Amino acid sequence: MIQADLTIIIPEIVIAVYAMVALVGAVYTGKDELAGVLTWVTAGLFVLTGFWIGTSGEGTNLAFGGMFVDDGFARFAKVLLLLSAAAVLMMSQGYMAARGILRFEYPLLIALAVVGMMMMVSAGDLMSLYMGLELQSLALYVVASIRRDSVKSTEAGLKYFVLGALSSGLLLYGASLTYGYAGTTLFAGIIQATGDEVSLGLLFGLVFMACGFAFKVSAVPFHMWTPDVYEGSPTPVTAFFATAPKVAAMALFARLLHDAFGSVVSDWQQILAFLSFLSMFLGAIGAIGQKNFKRLMAYSSIAHMGYALMGLASGTVFGVQAMLIYMAIYVTMNVGTFAFILSMEKDGQPVVSIDSLHLYSRREPGRALAMLILLFSLAGVPPLVGFFGKLYVLRAAVEGDLVWLAVAGVIASVIGAFYYLRIVYYMYFGEERDDQLDKGGSPVLYGFLMVSAAAMLIGVVNLFGIEAVAEAAAATLVN
Amino acid sequence: MDNLLSIVTFIPALGALILGVFLRGEDEAANRNAKWLALIATSATFLISLFILAQFDPADTGFQFVEEGDWLLGLKYKMGVDGISVLFVLLTTFIMPLCIAASWNIETRVKEYMIAFLVLETLMLGVFMALDLVLFYLFFEAGLIPMFLIIGIWGGKNRIYASFKFFLYTFIGSVLMLVAMVAMFQQAGTTDIPTLMNHEFGSESFAVLGIHVVGGVQTLMFLAFFASFAVKMPMWPVHTWLPDAHVQAPTAGSVVLAAILLKMGGYGFLRFSLPMFPVGSEVMAPLILWMSAIAIVYTSLVALVQEDMKKLIAYSSVAHMGYVTMGIFAANQQGIDGAIFQMLSHGFISGALFLCVGVIYDRMHTREIEAYGGLVNRMPAYALIFMLFTMANVGLPGTSGFVGEFLTLVGIFQVNTWVALVATSGVILSASYALWLYRRVVFGDLIKESLRTITDMSGRERAIFAPLVVMTLLLGVYPALVTDIIGPSVEALVSNYQTALAASGDAIQVAGH
Repeated sequence: MIQADLTIIIPEIVIAVYAMVALVGAVYTGKDELAGVLTWVTAGLFVLTGFWIGTSGEGTNLAFGGMFVDDGFARFAKVLLLLSAAAVLMMSQGYMAARGILRFEYPLLIALAVVGMMMMVSAGDLMSLYMGLELQSLALYVVASIRRDSVKSTEAGLKYFVLGALSSGLLLYGASLTYGYAGTTLFAGIIQATGDEVSLGLLFGLVFMACGFAFKVSAVPFHMWTPDVYEGSPTPVTAFFATAPKVAAMALFARLLHDAFGSVVSDWQQILAFLSFLSMFLGAIGAIGQKNFKRLMAYSSIAHMGYALMGLASGTVFGVQAMLIYMAIYVTMNVGTFAFILSMEKDGQPVVSIDSLHLYSRREPGRALAMLILLFSLAGVPPLVGFFGKLYVLRAAVEGDLVWLAVAGVIASVIGAFYYLRIVYYMYFGEERDDQLDKGGSPVLYGFLMVSAAAMLIGVVNLFGIEAVAEAAAATLVN
Repeated sequence: MDNLLSIVTFIPALGALILGVFLRGEDEAANRNAKWLALIATSATFLISLFILAQFDPADTGFQFVEEGDWLLGLKYKMGVDGISVLFVLLTTFIMPLCIAASWNIETRVKEYMIAFLVLETLMLGVFMALDLVLFYLFFEAGLIPMFLIIGIWGGKNRIYASFKFFLYTFIGSVLMLVAMVAMFQQAGTTDIPTLMNHEFGSESFAVLGIHVVGGVQTLMFLAFFASFAVKMPMWPVHTWLPDAHVQAPTAGSVVLAAILLKMGGYGFLRFSLPMFPVGSEVMAPLILWMSAIAIVYTSLVALVQEDMKKLIAYSSVAHMGYVTMGIFAANQQGIDGAIFQMLSHGFISGALFLCVGVIYDRMHTREIEAYGGLVNRMPAYALIFMLFTMANVGLPGTSGFVGEFLTLVGIFQVNTWVALVATSGVILSASYALWLYRRVVFGDLIKESLRTITDMSGRERAIFAPLVVMTLLLGVYPALVTDIIGPSVEALVSNYQTALAASGDAIQVAGH
């Protein structure tokens, strides 16, 4: 029996064992000299594991009495987060090495965080949910402050830790209430205990857990940490925060809501609609005044989480599918955008203010064009793929009788378009200035930028077939 | 040629791709190659699009040359033209080579400029051919990107403000339409435009937040589409982006904007609003008719006091679009025939007027009316051509401008005499601002020192105007060229509209009381 269980979680075991062995090995040998190699090896391992999970998994398998669920939904989320984590690692190596902050712990902490995330998306029980979440969070607190001698980076780590601990507390409190009233921590048990009418205690549990997740996906009003942490952390770490953890938290949120509270959709629908509404507007309005590209991306990601939550708020199969597609598109766009931010340098020093981009298109027409495509895609302007993400969630919202939310969403998207356009303005319409960014840059970053921009353009044909996969994944979750 | 429409649509995009990938360098030769390549691509598009016209059967009121393929989310890639859209396709392919030729003096970032125009052409053609809601929206909205860049990069002094205003204004209108489209998809289960035209959306009145909505869902959907098309058109009072955009855009940008982009609004009303939401249209029609009448009078008055030539023509465009909306919502054969005719003729005339401004702007680098006077002494050919188009703009019989205005007025007179009365006064007002502009710029003595050496039009410029002159006069004396093609489709549209109204007439009656 135990052997069957272990077979199901082999991918997680492989990465966890790798991280621990490599950690011990590196401590006793080359330490930071090995950091570059380890980064690439870890990224390679992620890609291999991603392919393995994507191609081999079949059906729904339960391990450890239902605490760990391996189904189509989990596999979709895992592949997405593994690939995005690999992309971010590959992008970080050159940048961090050049600044002397590439430590051998970095790729291994990321690997541990990824194991945590894989646990999260496969959680079938409040216990495994919390274990995965904390493993992920603790690793992330450390990488946020990996630049030890920088005040901002340490501040970011500390802020993230304190607020993260608070949200974990909320989550735990909700979980214990749920346990108390349902008598079980298994999702399958909770949904049976709830029935059609949710008891007051369970409702409280649900609300507290939703608050905890809202923090993790940085939905308003639990978003306060996002701009500061995004700004303070080293840029590659920011890129990581903006991608894989968001996917994991969003997927876990969806799983909890549907697997454990799927019978009382109307009770949580309004919570999510409210979170989504606030996030979209605050994200759109908050970004307008930002001059720092990383802070701007923080608000941008808040707004995008609002749209993803809109899909989830519909409470239907299609809503989950829309959310998955939205997240996949969001991650691709963010990888490209952060590849661009990482390559912004002046005299070898990183630059993050957007007004340094004056007439960038004159000197680097190719990169500027790629960035233009990504920005319009982030704004959700057709024919770019970002538009289809919006289309899916709007459709889900209308299907879930949330037309008002759909209308609010499109209005927020117009407000949001303004700040993306402002970057286009700097790159294309600005004035000639002397202090210009360096030309050229790392080929790896260039590659990621170009591939992601091309994907935004070519994806209009069929979204690379992701639709059918997401549909199948969503179907396994909602039943 | 089964996929003639796709070929026509994507030739310009192919040209843009070739330009972008293969053309290197910023020197003289590269710029010349870029211009020639763009000219060849747009001309080829025009020539191939003539096949569409040649094989088009006006008697068939359905869609022709239909292509269909599967896309994502149950959407379809579906293209086709009918009597209403086919001439807009031709207008687009006709105007674009002229725009490229008119841009021969562009010197900065020539390659990007040409790419932007070629991409824009593909997107505009797609708008008029798309037979799927989302496909239509995709082309409709995507056109904002190249136009935003054209105004922002190659525009005048205040280009940043104008480009942002243009983008955000049109964007906010369109996103509401997107929600309505999603709701239509949800209710009808399809995004196929021909199917939706026959689908009856609910028209039972209900209350939203205490407001009694006559015509129910249809009215709400109508309003969402209206938000988009009214801005695009543009109708008073949401027209304020247009003068800014026109003034700041480069000459060819203004031409495209006036000749083609504005027509998307009118086309949208004909393709979506009338056939899909007849009850909503009927409920809102009186309001729109009066808005049109106000637009005609108000913007004509505003045009009178302009000091910038482009701004004056921009306001005159808004006034002329007022006739179009009026004709469309008169919802009878003459009105809609006239509206389509007016849109096509306005495409030639306003395009030509912006080119006229461009001719002297290229020489003097100012658009202030004050800076000119007595041009007839040095530029006789220019004076002649400018006069022709001024007269056409006024609506002189014998030019195409007359036919459109006359038909729409006939149409509206049968529906609402008072609106017709107000709108007719616009004819006189348009004569005053247009003729006064002409007098100040062309007549009088040549006293300005700077104008003493101005030269008349070059061979290239004459060649650009020649086709426009021909079309304006031809349509003026023989309007049946157009009305024969659009007639049957418009007739079908009007009769479907009346049938749909009759079917749900009781609902409105009950709701109205």
